[in-house]
Amino acid sequence: MANTAVADPESGLTRAQLAQRYGLRVAGERPALGEYARRLWAYRHFMTAYSRAKVASSLSNTQLGQLWQVLTPLTNAAVYFLIFGVILAQHRNVPNFIAYLCTGIFIFIFTQTAASNGTSAITGNLGLIRALQFPRAALPITVTLVQLQQLLMSMVVLAAIVLLTGEPITFRWVLIVPMLLLQTIFNVGLSMVMARLGSKATDLKQVMPFVMRTWLYASGVLYPVALIREHLPNWAANILEWNPPLVFIELARYALLDSHQPNLISSPLKLWAMGLFWAVVMGIGGFVYFWRGEKEYGRG
Amino acid sequence: MAEQTLPLNAGPVTDSGRVPTVVVDDVHVIYRIHKGASGGTTPVSALKRIVSRTKAPNIREVHAVKGVSFTAYEGEAIGLIGSNGSGKSTLLRAIAGLLPPARGAVYTQGQPSLLGVNAALLNDLSGERNVVLGCLAMGMHPDEVKKIAPEIIEFSGINERGDFASLPMRTYSSGMGARLRFAISSAKKHDVLLIDEALATGDRKFRVRSEQRVRELRDSAGTVFLVSHSIGSIRDTCERTIWLESGVLKMDGPTKEVCDAYENQK
Repeated sequence: MANTAVADPESGLTRAQLAQRYGLRVAGERPALGEYARRLWAYRHFMTAYSRAKVASSLSNTQLGQLWQVLTPLTNAAVYFLIFGVILAQHRNVPNFIAYLCTGIFIFIFTQTAASNGTSAITGNLGLIRALQFPRAALPITVTLVQLQQLLMSMVVLAAIVLLTGEPITFRWVLIVPMLLLQTIFNVGLSMVMARLGSKATDLKQVMPFVMRTWLYASGVLYPVALIREHLPNWAANILEWNPPLVFIELARYALLDSHQPNLISSPLKLWAMGLFWAVVMGIGGFVYFWRGEKEYGRG
Repeated sequence: MAEQTLPLNAGPVTDSGRVPTVVVDDVHVIYRIHKGASGGTTPVSALKRIVSRTKAPNIREVHAVKGVSFTAYEGEAIGLIGSNGSGKSTLLRAIAGLLPPARGAVYTQGQPSLLGVNAALLNDLSGERNVVLGCLAMGMHPDEVKKIAPEIIEFSGINERGDFASLPMRTYSSGMGARLRFAISSAKKHDVLLIDEALATGDRKFRVRSEQRVRELRDSAGTVFLVSHSIGSIRDTCERTIWLESGVLKMDGPTKEVCDAYENQK
């Protein structure tokens, strides 16, 4: 290679040496992890503004506009209730099935959309990536922030459903805040992993709906969680107990549904430990994994 | 790679004492394009392809820049010329660190800024919000953005015929959109400035204003690269010119010599 060929140290330098002598840096070089995190922090205003803009623009050409932020989760809950609550009548064993179902669906959708939209966080923004230099991790984080804003709207709907179905307001409602914090960190990590995978394997986007549907059935959303212990062999139930969406959903039910207390899949303390575990592992692991690929994003 | 097969300019260089700002060392840029569905891509043929392990026909690798080397120094304005598809814009993107080179390396002083008309903006949002987003994406602080936003809209001139700044960008004519994008990206101070065809947008009045803006930016920047098909504006603004042809550096020297040679070959 040319940059290793030194012909005559008196008269000539390789270009790499010349660059080094004047302190030039490799263009688009990947910064160290700490420096990368610092730069990302400097872009926090961009991330919040971009996610707010995305929420605003996503519904701007519908008649009902932002009303869909409330209507979408409501319709979703209605459809699942029709199938699993009325037609299949799963609710016989669950005291407050509507609230049980809606909590599960809304919490699951938060993780689901973070994963599926994260897959196209890089491929869907190639124009931006090829035009401007910024820490690419801003893009999967923006994806999660968009979903978080929609989730907060769903949470308002959920609070109304939970109250209307006769659940009391307890002090445990406050716990929904740390629970959502843990889930958000988990989702950021997850969408970073999916973003890097999706930037290379573009076929992933086609497979995601099926992966997500399987995950939905494994997360105790549509049926009573007691069924997991009743129908699966012990080892399988023990593994499934660690399924992150299931952990977060059960934590949310623990916080909001008084009637669900006796039926939790694990003890509350264990749920919190597992939630914390997933947030830390996925948050840090996803960030490091995404950072390692920083130089490759943009080649398409 | 054996040394005698290298192009002339890829060998050792002398340290002339001038301060280099951009060193491009034997850079190759390859990018992949997904062509999308085209004729002959039935499920059966796709299956055959996977079984026989040949490459997917709808992914094509484009070897856009093939081993270009040069050194740019402080205070230089360098023009890049060549026919369409010769790799000029790709080279600029590699210098800006936006397209990673497949081989070779680009060394730069500070963070070069690519000033183009392609900065992606959200078409469903108003011009005003796009200004704010664009400035934040360039790394500005929100306070700074608030101060500079009215100037950007003023400079772009989109409000000359009524209040267009509050309308979504999809309602803009292509010229208006390009003017706003240029106004946004030229609002920042730059160390190494890469200008890609930015002067060709907008009407005559805007062109005069934007040429003035580029000259100001050039005076404050260390090194300026200018891609243009207008040989006239290259002759006006650059003292050195690089001629690229199908990804290979064909000529590098004083603007007059290179431009004369370029025009004579046609």
